[in-house]
Amino acid sequence: MKHLLSAADLDRSEAIEILDTAAQMAATQSREIKKLPTLRGRTVVNLFFEDSTRTRISFETAAKRLSADVINFSAKGSSVSKGESLKDTALTLQAMGADAVVIRHQSSGAPHTLAYAGWTSGAVINAGDGTHQHPTQALLDAFTIRRHLVGDSGRADVAGRDLAGLHVAIVGDVLHSRVARSNVQLLHTLGARVTLVAPPTLVPVGVGSWGADVSYHLDEVLTEGRPDAVMMLRVQRERMSMAGGGFFPSPLEYTRGYGLDARRLAALPDHTIVMHPGPMNRGLEISADAADSPRAVIVEQVSNGVAVRMAVLYLLLAGETTNMKAVGE
Amino acid sequence: MTTTKYLLRAVAPLGGERVDVLIADGVVAAIGADAGTLAGSDATVVESAGLVLLPGLVDLHTHLREPGREDAETVLSGTRAAALGGFTAVHAMANTTPVQDSAGVVEQVWRLGRDAGWVDVHPVGAVSVGLAGEHLAELGAMAGSAAHVRVFSDDGKCVHDPVLMRRALEYVKAFGGVVAQHAQEPRLTENAQMHEGVVSGEIGLAGWPSVAEEAIIARDVLLAEHVGSRLHVCHVSTAGSVEIVRSAKSRGIDVTAEVTPHHLALTDELARGYDPVFKVNPPLRTAADVEAVRTGLADGTIDIVATDHAPHPREDKDSEWSAAAFGMTGLETALSVVQEAMVDTGRMTWADVARVLSSTPAAIGQVSDQGRPIAVGEPANLTLVDPAARWVVVPHEQATASDNSPFGGREMHGRVVATFLRGRATVLDGLAQDDADGSRRAAGRTETH
Amino acid sequence: MSSGTGAPAGGAHDETLVLGVPEIARALTRIAHEVLERNRGAADVVLLGIPTRGLPLARRLAARLAEVEPALDVDALLGSLDVTMYRDDLAHHPTRSIGATHLPPGGIDGKVVVLVDDVLYSGRTIRAALDAISDLGRPRGVQLAVLVDRGHRELPIRPDFVGKNLPTAAAERVRVLLDEIDGRDAVLIEGAVL
Repeated sequence: MKHLLSAADLDRSEAIEILDTAAQMAATQSREIKKLPTLRGRTVVNLFFEDSTRTRISFETAAKRLSADVINFSAKGSSVSKGESLKDTALTLQAMGADAVVIRHQSSGAPHTLAYAGWTSGAVINAGDGTHQHPTQALLDAFTIRRHLVGDSGRADVAGRDLAGLHVAIVGDVLHSRVARSNVQLLHTLGARVTLVAPPTLVPVGVGSWGADVSYHLDEVLTEGRPDAVMMLRVQRERMSMAGGGFFPSPLEYTRGYGLDARRLAALPDHTIVMHPGPMNRGLEISADAADSPRAVIVEQVSNGVAVRMAVLYLLLAGETTNMKAVGE
Repeated sequence: MTTTKYLLRAVAPLGGERVDVLIADGVVAAIGADAGTLAGSDATVVESAGLVLLPGLVDLHTHLREPGREDAETVLSGTRAAALGGFTAVHAMANTTPVQDSAGVVEQVWRLGRDAGWVDVHPVGAVSVGLAGEHLAELGAMAGSAAHVRVFSDDGKCVHDPVLMRRALEYVKAFGGVVAQHAQEPRLTENAQMHEGVVSGEIGLAGWPSVAEEAIIARDVLLAEHVGSRLHVCHVSTAGSVEIVRSAKSRGIDVTAEVTPHHLALTDELARGYDPVFKVNPPLRTAADVEAVRTGLADGTIDIVATDHAPHPREDKDSEWSAAAFGMTGLETALSVVQEAMVDTGRMTWADVARVLSSTPAAIGQVSDQGRPIAVGEPANLTLVDPAARWVVVPHEQATASDNSPFGGREMHGRVVATFLRGRATVLDGLAQDDADGSRRAAGRTETH
Repeated sequence: MSSGTGAPAGGAHDETLVLGVPEIARALTRIAHEVLERNRGAADVVLLGIPTRGLPLARRLAARLAEVEPALDVDALLGSLDVTMYRDDLAHHPTRSIGATHLPPGGIDGKVVVLVDDVLYSGRTIRAALDAISDLGRPRGVQLAVLVDRGHRELPIRPDFVGKNLPTAAAERVRVLLDEIDGRDAVLIEGAVL
């Protein structure tokens, strides 16, 4: 694995290796001394063309816990209307000796372009691109699901295990969601069954090829589908003011049809966990009752995010790299 | 005009029987046994056994970029590329800067073409002032100018206001013009990046749905029927569009349609690598759509092939997908694509190629001295093709000033050996005839055998 | 984890058996007694095995300590210490997968940690282990037990308890096979493979 661009790039054994490594990383994070010397001397650049304080901090924490040098490069506000700036930025980072570039970009495929246009020799990690992919989010979600739902009490040794037999409902704005795309692919790879739940306007054309079930009816999925995990997606209020009057008539109507509230929470099986990639719109896609309930693992998702990103950085950067080879040759 | 005579020995006009053809004094001087006799000793002999002779190709849809974007293409570089691609006439689209929406600008482009001398340049006039889609441009003035404009188009933008479209369709009847529509419903394609379908859904690029093209074509054929006007549909790309045009023709509506080489050959699967060289408008569609446009071209539903040659400088393509410009070059690869997709597959004959790439586009554009039959006394606008040749596209070696060919690295079928513009060889032995010693290799070509 | 244990099992060229089943058992029993002697019992001792083959060795030593001192709880004195993330040669090898680190319930603060590994060679694994230990707590002392010391040290590190001193050439390979992992007990030395 040279880059992490898409959840679709991971086969089952690679995905499990990341989850297993993340489990070891998570174990180190409960210690008093959390910092490991593993990536001393390596430079990780956080290249964010789009604001995302949470994701940037998560990657920054992960890199620092592994003793890598971290450079934060916020390209927002600079001229990104011309593509040339991605190229020039990449060339600059290359000149600075970046071993890995963590990129967040509003344009789908920008990490792919960065990885393959020959502008940088470092590893490229996709931290979210447009409406395409957010693979580390899918990995941390899978990690969280495995921790809670695989093995006896959720704390048994789950190393090497996948998510076979589990049913995950992903609810909300699937059309614009890189989280949904990444999760559908990774959950599928790990053997879980996925049901996408959304109003028809927020279901992408071509979803039939995704290998997931699609439903327009949340209540039916929750009661009859008995999902083991319910993943609520963020709904942006501005989707309502887009072309054609928006994707749904009003926030209230959306919440009635697709919001997770106390009533729907009560309909879930006892073991079902509630997830959200954050940031939440409380009262829109998820009510405070649901977000703060004991079955919500939303805060844990955040801490698992650090462990998963440590694992990805370790697996991409700790071994022999092309940079090192170039130096050695 | 040059007085050089050319004797094409054992050439196959339209792929038929081998004969000798003599080109002299700008016309086809003789065909058959007396060609050799009339050639005398001073004719340049072109051994043409195995080669196909076509009427010079006519492109109804070229972006020459001058004035305004000379960094992408100039009339000189674009027409030289056209000649190398076998063309003897091109229609230069109106989306220049300033826009070709007045007699002054179209005459400027027309003169630049005449000075360059590679092919006849027929400027296309804008339908609306500044392509803004609000007010009719001075269509009559452009028609009456030295440029003699007959094709009007806001190409790049759709004439989406139905009233404006109706007025344009009606107005051009006064001078026998035609409106060439870029069919794209703007609201359905806001921020669209590629064909809306399985691939766009997976790779997360905003979709350009087929219906956005089909809805406009459906509306426009009904408008054309209502006002009794002639309509031309640019770059038909979907199976549904072919169906609508087919049905309109069967009802007797005066509509013609074009397809681009890239829509005959490439699909949206190519977007998966996010290489903006495959970003084009209308977008590459599915394999089923490719099959439909091939069928439509073969059965005459689609009248012509037009390149939509759209050069862009490297910085407009060297970026992430959504920041990149739409468009691909095509003048130097069009004939090869048509040969591979249509002739080598047995769907069309070389006579059909002459129809879709020469005589019909000339008729739609009302260019009277182009697209003529290969017959004694006709203007010698001719293209000589070697169907057996194979070559590999090297974009930066092509004659066009831009590198955005979607066929880079691909092996192409057939190559243009010679192009004659009114009897003068613009291309000979595959070389553009601008070098005194003719030593420079044809640009963009690496022979494979 | 130690150098020389990675050869494919059953490789048959020029193998010499250095220790067999009874020799390995005797060596471990002797080490167990030496540990008890040196530390005046095992009350404060924690055995940390270094994966992969240090782990079953540590478990066998713990069982022997408990045989001598029946009051000892094997689980309370046994742990594992993965040193991968502390290695100084990560960039020179393909990515290694990370093993588990488990400390006994009492932790290691104030204890005597006995590191257990199969082969001592350059000393770099033990250097990494010492760093790892210092991030986990503050033991009263650290001792080192190895089944085989093959020499060629690159760092000032020496073992406290050695099953067998085995002078080797650098080109030779030492392979330790353990029943728990490899299906049999043996220490083999292989000549330079061309």
